[in-house]
Amino acid sequence: MKRIDHAEASSHFISETAHEAFHDKRLWDLREKRDREVGSIPEFQELRNLASVIKEHTLTHLADYLEQFEAQAKANGVHVHWALDAEEHNRIVYEILSSHSVRTLVKSKSMLTEECELRQYLERRRIEVVETDLGERIQQLDDEPPSHIVVPAVHKLRGDVARVFNRTLGTDADNDDPHYLSEQQRVKTRPYFVKAEAGMTGCNFAVAETGGVVVCTNEGNADLSATVPPLFIASVGIEKLVPRLQDLAVLVRLLSRSALGSPITQYTSQFRAPRKGGEMHIVLVDNGRAERLGMEQFWTSLKCIRCGACMNTCPVYRRSGGLSYGAVYSGPIGIILNPTSDLRKFSNLPYASTLNGSCTNVCPVKINIHEQIYQWRRIMAEHNQLPFVKKAAIKLTAKVLSDPKQFRRTVNVTDAAIEHLPRFLLYSRFNAWGRQREVPASPEQTFHAWYLKNRGRKQ
Amino acid sequence: MKVALFIPCYVDAFYAEVGIATLELLERFGVEVDYPLNQTCCGQVVANAGEQDDAAPVEALFVENFKGYEYIVGPTGSCTHHIRLHLDAIPQTDEVRKVRTRCYELVEFLHDVLKVEEFPWAEFPHKVGLHTSCSTLRSLRHASMSELVEPEFSKPLALLSKVKGISFAQPKRPDECCGFGGTFSVFEEPVSAKMGYDKVKDHVEAGAEYIVSADSSCMMHQQGCAKRLGLDLKFIHIAQILNGARA
Repeated sequence: MKRIDHAEASSHFISETAHEAFHDKRLWDLREKRDREVGSIPEFQELRNLASVIKEHTLTHLADYLEQFEAQAKANGVHVHWALDAEEHNRIVYEILSSHSVRTLVKSKSMLTEECELRQYLERRRIEVVETDLGERIQQLDDEPPSHIVVPAVHKLRGDVARVFNRTLGTDADNDDPHYLSEQQRVKTRPYFVKAEAGMTGCNFAVAETGGVVVCTNEGNADLSATVPPLFIASVGIEKLVPRLQDLAVLVRLLSRSALGSPITQYTSQFRAPRKGGEMHIVLVDNGRAERLGMEQFWTSLKCIRCGACMNTCPVYRRSGGLSYGAVYSGPIGIILNPTSDLRKFSNLPYASTLNGSCTNVCPVKINIHEQIYQWRRIMAEHNQLPFVKKAAIKLTAKVLSDPKQFRRTVNVTDAAIEHLPRFLLYSRFNAWGRQREVPASPEQTFHAWYLKNRGRKQ
Repeated sequence: MKVALFIPCYVDAFYAEVGIATLELLERFGVEVDYPLNQTCCGQVVANAGEQDDAAPVEALFVENFKGYEYIVGPTGSCTHHIRLHLDAIPQTDEVRKVRTRCYELVEFLHDVLKVEEFPWAEFPHKVGLHTSCSTLRSLRHASMSELVEPEFSKPLALLSKVKGISFAQPKRPDECCGFGGTFSVFEEPVSAKMGYDKVKDHVEAGAEYIVSADSSCMMHQQGCAKRLGLDLKFIHIAQILNGARA
């Protein structure tokens, strides 16, 4: 698989200046709203500690809690399935749907189903899939993956949405009023809830002691998807488990505050049993999670509750857009999740970070995201994943820096400023430093030379 | 008190005045300063690429140059962060561990160790925008971090506030990264430059004449951006202001 070139993709994103400026501002707004919400709760840092402990405890006893969850869900009259990978997940869902002669499926947003590419799988098998979350629907109609795990179409301006809706839903091309556009989407989507023979959701939290799945949305579309059609399927990543109902009191308080800077999502619904006369299925999905759980440096990334706070605060993400990461998960959390699925394809991503650490600070479950990014760089180097030109430049730099005499010779060249630049800044045949920046002015002397001249006798 | 002066490679090569100010400032407080002549670099640029094998000899040389000193002080947050948190490409002997824990960034050395109360010689009648680099902010904890919504404090601001005539600009996003990030500045040039542009514009809009920082590396990047944009913005290291530079 070809390496994702984040830098190249980001240059295209930045060249769309109005889009980039809006994207940065919109997400920074979310970060500021988050700060205000966090500031209004004195115990917020304590909640983060508790959330981290709850998730780490669950992950270190995961097999037990999964079995408890399964037993409880079955006792509630729910069918429980286990899927080792995306392929098995998709097959299970398809078999459930086809055995019920389902032609149309309504679903709420789920990163897990994105991860499994379920929609494409079902569409190939002639099942109509309708995304019911506004942002996700925009992305579906535009045939693009979500660019953000919470606000999937945040990289689009309202004019873009108007064009997509005009093309696909037949709305007025000249009307880009957000109220008009969202109302149109609502009107066009509602009939599908009635028509669909099955509904599907993802899962924010799965409670072991109740066997229930918890879904948080702001549009209520998950509730309609889960309860209007007679057949309901929930896809659940195995890391979504929490032991007790009361653990939600910690995690739900963190989720929307971190994500959107609101105290709670408009809808926080627990689904435990099929509705009268209906059928409910839960598919528990591994898809690489158990393997990651065994990775000493990276297992805590499974604590993630998919709030997107790390993306909103990330200065690189805000200026490059989610699609530039070429993966289901983008931003800081994507950088540490994606390489486990394909090391080579995502080998550039750990370098798409300044390691500034803001992501770690906003993470509601205290994942040391920027430190894991740093660790992934070591893994990439160990597996020889650095492109040749970068590797060669680093090697040469190291050689100079580990030899005082050679270092002196390199630094003491005084002819032109360009020659003072450490080799690592000049590695590129395009001189990446100078494309949009001036090089430092040529100094009269090095500190070393000054010291010898002025304080040399002391030594 | 005997201190080893650590001058990072880029400061040595481009910013001799920052090294000189650091040395003179320490001497003003009666500190005996040694400058190990064979020093090169802490190895961060290599280690940050993930290349531990290549970083090892650079780190070994660093330890060889700085072992045995009670304090190692340098005008750099970024390198100090690397030495404390990540200098682990070589076996962690007692000697290595000592060097790592005895390394101080200049501001924290002045603020926490020397506990400096005044800089009578310092006067800087200008409006400055303070750039607290990410390594000083989130690793060395120079200042409160906006993400944690914690009580406000700032060691560099506390020191600069003792300088006569100085005033401060208030940028909108004071602790947003400026986009330097070492090799990030070339590996990810488009985003790096955009972040730098946004950073210097934020300071100019806040009315800053100067950007002041404890990290010359961030400022090398920001200055390159400001120059290219044609902005009237000057850059100065905190050591220079505290040592009495007037402009």
